[in-house]
Amino acid sequence: MSESYLWQDGTLRSWLLTRDHKRIALLYLGSITVFFALGSVGAALIRLQLLEPTGTILSDATYNRMFTMHGVVMVWLFLVPSIPVTLGNFLVPLMLGARDLAFPRLNLLSWYLFVASGLLVLYGLFRGGLETGWTFYTPLSSDYSEGRVLPVVLGIFLNGFSSIATGVNFIVSIHQLRAPGMTWYRLPLMLWALYATSVILVLATPVLGMTLLLLAFERLFRVGVFDPTLGGDPLLFQQMFWFYSHPAVYIMILPGMGVVSEIVSTFCRKPVFGYRFVAWSSISIAAIGFIVWGHHMFVAGESLYSAIVFSMFSFFVSVPSAIKVFNWLGTMHGGSIRLDAPMLYAMGFIGLFTVGGLTGLFLASLAADVHLTQTYFVVAHFHYIMVGGMVSAYFGGLHYWWPKITGRMYPEIWGRLAAALIFFGFNLTFFPQFILGFEGMPRRYATYPAQFQILNVLSSAGAGILAVAYVMPLVYFGWSLFRGARAPDNPWGATGLEWRTSSPPPTENFAETPVVTTDAYDYGDLDARTGVADAGGPHHV
Amino acid sequence: MSDGSVLDHHSPYETPLHRDESAIAGMWLFLASEALLFGGLFLVCLVYSQTRAGGWAEGVRHTNLAIGAVNTLILITSSAVYTMAVESGRRGDNRGVVRAGLGAAGLGLAFLVLKGVEWGQEFSENLFPGPHFALHGPEAGAAALFYSFYFLATFLHGMHMVVGIGLILWICRKARQGAFSPAWSTPVDIVGLYWSFVDLIWMLLFPLLYLIGRA
Repeated sequence: MSESYLWQDGTLRSWLLTRDHKRIALLYLGSITVFFALGSVGAALIRLQLLEPTGTILSDATYNRMFTMHGVVMVWLFLVPSIPVTLGNFLVPLMLGARDLAFPRLNLLSWYLFVASGLLVLYGLFRGGLETGWTFYTPLSSDYSEGRVLPVVLGIFLNGFSSIATGVNFIVSIHQLRAPGMTWYRLPLMLWALYATSVILVLATPVLGMTLLLLAFERLFRVGVFDPTLGGDPLLFQQMFWFYSHPAVYIMILPGMGVVSEIVSTFCRKPVFGYRFVAWSSISIAAIGFIVWGHHMFVAGESLYSAIVFSMFSFFVSVPSAIKVFNWLGTMHGGSIRLDAPMLYAMGFIGLFTVGGLTGLFLASLAADVHLTQTYFVVAHFHYIMVGGMVSAYFGGLHYWWPKITGRMYPEIWGRLAAALIFFGFNLTFFPQFILGFEGMPRRYATYPAQFQILNVLSSAGAGILAVAYVMPLVYFGWSLFRGARAPDNPWGATGLEWRTSSPPPTENFAETPVVTTDAYDYGDLDARTGVADAGGPHHV
Repeated sequence: MSDGSVLDHHSPYETPLHRDESAIAGMWLFLASEALLFGGLFLVCLVYSQTRAGGWAEGVRHTNLAIGAVNTLILITSSAVYTMAVESGRRGDNRGVVRAGLGAAGLGLAFLVLKGVEWGQEFSENLFPGPHFALHGPEAGAAALFYSFYFLATFLHGMHMVVGIGLILWICRKARQGAFSPAWSTPVDIVGLYWSFVDLIWMLLFPLLYLIGRA
């Protein structure tokens, strides 16, 4: 077997022109980590401001620009790409038993598009930012905003092509590059989740692209597209924006569900309960996700009839979501559970996603939504899904595949500590926001009535803990690159094809194309191949 | 990928056919994405052509139907000519690919020239929305709205035409080097998919921008 992909050619040029999906994954990992840090700074400033009812450090205008920066950076430059472009890029070919993605050059192009879009957005943010919120609602964004709407919107437009390229690449790869014997129902559930995500990336992103292009056109030439004074309809913007952005919510959770399915099976040493239901629930979440966008507009002036229909479809989404949660629990039931760091993150995901999902039903109910909309209840709800869910899964996946990606083990005790701290800090930050919202504190204000202070201080304290907890993996991952124990090929005793090659893998992934003869998560077969007699624990290294 | 009948060293595919099928699937997915990009535009046009019907129709009546109709014919013909390039490619007739490709690209260029003439007229008649917009009256706002979409849609379609002509010229260059054979002419097919798609978009834009509400 030849050298690992990391060191085969160490020049900068070889990295910047690489077509290797594993190296592109690392290029993406570096880029989105920078954006995650930047978005976190925005969050920190928001929480600092809200320590006191009258605000502490930011002017009202600056506060508006801060929460906009936080939203824009976190959604498009971190959450949407997060798992697909890092773990997905790294793992899709390995899990399929392939040498690379279907279109290696397109994959590299997607990274360059991503970087270019990121720079354009940063240019807008650092040359004054904008105060529209991440949703860019018109006519604020088209007529009244004094911020740098144009570069940011065009940056997000460009970002879309990066997403579409990744989606096309994954779909074609999963159809065309499965190893011999790798049937659809033998695919790891991560790949079903990424397939569903890719369908959304390919079909929803272009609608956002057109919406933002129309907005840019309106702002640039002062023509009426969405501007009511020029004959346009501002609500049409919301319809089109959410036609993308609600499915995009599932772009920001489905990959996490895929990661959790892998981790739960490995650390319970059991096949995922109800494999086919979990697989098809990903597809149905993606499909139903396209017909629920109107639930963002219950109070914006849509007809009661539309609202009832959108409410009903929104309830439907909870069915496949609940199937996943119950099947993960069914997998854990009777399993020999090991509580290593990835499993702690996965369990955190299940709990936090459940809270986020159930509170989503409050918001999908018309009468309750009238009371809760535009309050901190909404903020808490979607942070439970996106941060409690997706970011937990992202960290869980990074820990789980870190040995494979780098060839080094991370320090387990620190990993568990960080996972526990993230869970605690997260709940302290966002649970009070449910209560704040229920009591009527509106979102997106720089100040608030004094009676809300205690809960806001608790929330800000939680954010402080969360900040420390997010820095910890950065430190010990960095440490492990140089000092971590060498990772064996399959440190967790897991079943996927990615564990059948060396850690880190060679450039061509497999010395010879693997042949698949069993279902995913067949631990009996794993033991037979590796000669493990009992269903033993992990290699403790 | 200068010689398409063999795989290059890093290819993730088993056979050239396997690679070519994947490439065609990739183009179809990209076109699905493009369809939704334009779909957003069509949706907004359709909404306004109904909710602001009077002024919208006023705008439609000021478009140049003659140029629009001629351009439609040119583009359909160009697509038809390109299918001859596809057929030539499959036979390995590289000269045929060049001939038909240049014909299709030439017709595409003619479309763009006519479109440019049309835009020139419209700019000189102050039909571009703004403070000096030519149309007046109670429905002028909706007419300006129509022209916003007219210019944006034709601009985006024009950009796709430019890309398409570039791709066809690239195919012609490859064909002149004798790249295609009965065993391998996939790029000719893939560019054909794209070129037909650009044609199809125009088939929807033409009624939306020139016909609906004109009578």
